[in-house]
Amino acid sequence: MALGIGCSSRPGKAGNNKTGSWRVFKPIFDHDKCTKCGMCKTICPEGCIEESEDDFFIPDETYCKGCGICAEECPSDAITMEQEEK
Amino acid sequence: MAENSCELFDSGHRACGGCGAALVSRLLLKATGKDVIIVSATGCMEVFSTPYPETAWKVPWIHSLFENNSAVASGIEAALKKQGRKEKVVAIGGDGSTFDIGMLCLSGAFERGHDFTYICYDNEAYMNTGIQRSGATPYDASTTTSPAGKCSKGNNRPKKDLPQILAAHGAPYVATASIAYPSDVVKKIEKALNTPGPCYVQIHAPCCTGWGFEGEKTLAIGKLAIETGLWVNFEMENGVVTRVKKVVRKPVESYLKEQKRFRHLFKPKINAEEIAKIQAIADKNAEKYGTDLKLKSKSGPVVP
Ligand SMILES: Cc1ncc(C[n+]2csc(CCOP(=O)(O)OP(=O)(O)O)c2C)c(N)n1
Ligand code: SF4
Ligand code: SF4
Ligand code: SF4
Ligand SMILES: [Mg+2]
Repeated sequence: MALGIGCSSRPGKAGNNKTGSWRVFKPIFDHDKCTKCGMCKTICPEGCIEESEDDFFIPDETYCKGCGICAEECPSDAITMEQEEK
Repeated sequence: MAENSCELFDSGHRACGGCGAALVSRLLLKATGKDVIIVSATGCMEVFSTPYPETAWKVPWIHSLFENNSAVASGIEAALKKQGRKEKVVAIGGDGSTFDIGMLCLSGAFERGHDFTYICYDNEAYMNTGIQRSGATPYDASTTTSPAGKCSKGNNRPKKDLPQILAAHGAPYVATASIAYPSDVVKKIEKALNTPGPCYVQIHAPCCTGWGFEGEKTLAIGKLAIETGLWVNFEMENGVVTRVKKVVRKPVESYLKEQKRFRHLFKPKINAEEIAKIQAIADKNAEKYGTDLKLKSKSGPVVP
């Protein structure tokens, strides 16, 4: 990959590392219960929850490690963790 | 695939699932925006975010040693000032880096009055090298260098009071925060950045791997630390405590029993004597900072 002067690395290439493969449990978002408060997006340590076009929140499976913080903290209990079959 | 380009801290970093320190990185960059230069000491955050050449930071970032983190930040700040540039300078380190190894340069930078913000993400031990105790490890926590066993009840020293030490340097703004309250973290970092002079923010960052709890509980554990009085969120301006988070306190057991590092206090049998000592630490914190919320009795004044 291209490096900068003095072999400095280019900003923000961590995304090459697809941490979604670490996941055992996967967050399932129930949009009927979601109040669109945005808490899950704020607290996800991966920064991998995004707003979709209809303002709902969705996790990016490429990076979601399945830690379960979003499910634990969602004030509307709109997220459940399910074991993933791979 | 969702686009996360508005995030200045990239996904794909290698922190454990549920890592409190990873959330600190994200919140830090939310507060700073892109006009910042980050100086980072060694430790989990540096290791998980920058396996060369893949950095998670989308802002200028430089790796220092433990010892010279604040000296590197001082030099950058002085150079920017000379050039009339306006970027903010932030140094960040773990508790081992901040409380112990980097203390000399940290003290020097604060004494010289450089205009920068120092952030300590406090996970209460040297995590990246396998959970060794630091000056920030709480009383009785079991670590690999303070293992609980027949002859030891865990770490036998209380946590060093670093915020007070830095306030005593004349720092204009010193604050503590917790990832359990993310908007408070962002607010306090912003305040530190906008206060001229050396400012310090110490952020409680629970570590599921080192403390022994499930990653989904990271924020819940952080909340319990505050609700038991074992962590106090406060702000100090020019040496005076100006704001404190008040709580209706829970007994310290509710925090301790959730973590493997305190398991020896409950198994094979409850060690009431040691738990009472930890309760006394919480009581002292509550008294010192006035954190106890007095509940108003719903039934009116009690007639004796
Ligand atoms: C001078 C020096 N001593 C020891 C080390 C080895 N080391 C690397 S990371 C680390 C732990 C740092 O602890 P802390 O600052 O609390 O950060 P954490 O890993 O807990 O996030 C240590 C001791 C080092 N890199 N440099
Ligand atoms: S935390 Fe829960 S309610 Fe709030 S946006 Fe996320 S899924 Fe919806
Ligand atoms: S499970 Fe963890 S990593 Fe995945 S979206 Fe929720 S908070 Fe983020
Ligand atoms: S050991 Fe602790 S601080 Fe280090 S990456 Fe894992 S959870 Fe984060
Ligand atoms: Mg540490």
